[in-house]
Amino acid sequence: MDGQGATSDPQLQHFIEIESQKQRFQQLVHQMTEVCWEKCMDKPGPKLDSKTEMCFVNCVERFIDTSQFILNRLEQTQRSRGGFSESMSD
Amino acid sequence: MDGFGSDFSAGGAGGGKMDTGTIMEQVKVQIAVANAQELLQRMTDKCFKKCIGKPGSTLDNSEQKCIAMCMDRYMDAWNTVSRTYNSRLQRERARM
Repeated sequence: MDGQGATSDPQLQHFIEIESQKQRFQQLVHQMTEVCWEKCMDKPGPKLDSKTEMCFVNCVERFIDTSQFILNRLEQTQRSRGGFSESMSD
Repeated sequence: MDGFGSDFSAGGAGGGKMDTGTIMEQVKVQIAVANAQELLQRMTDKCFKKCIGKPGSTLDNSEQKCIAMCMDRYMDAWNTVSRTYNSRLQRERARM
């Protein structure tokens, strides 16, 4: 489309940055809701009881911890073995 | 769906340039539609799984009740997840 006009417009560029960030947030909320629904929801009742709600809260926190743990560990292995692409290709 | 896409390109190609405000408005609408579709799709999946044990010849009364409750609980779950994630981000930003 009108690619050049769009990218040279600072207002639009700023808008796109903000919206992309919001979209990444939303996407992760969709994903975590789905994952945690499987872990936490038994039979849907007339109210979200506090035990289930607590499970969702913990599920989100531990999902993010897991993601950060994996990222850190991969970084460490990369540093000590000298590169992903090498260790992945052998 | 198609409507949004074709409106967008029609506006871009048809002579006059769209002003930034119009583009931003249209993008916002498209994002909102995409998010609603995403939610609808995931909610349908989950509630079908929870509420329809063996698909019968109709969607019977108890299944409808289950689906209605499931929808409300899915929205509760979505909001809880969103709130939790948001406060986690806030906490991490404060630590930096």
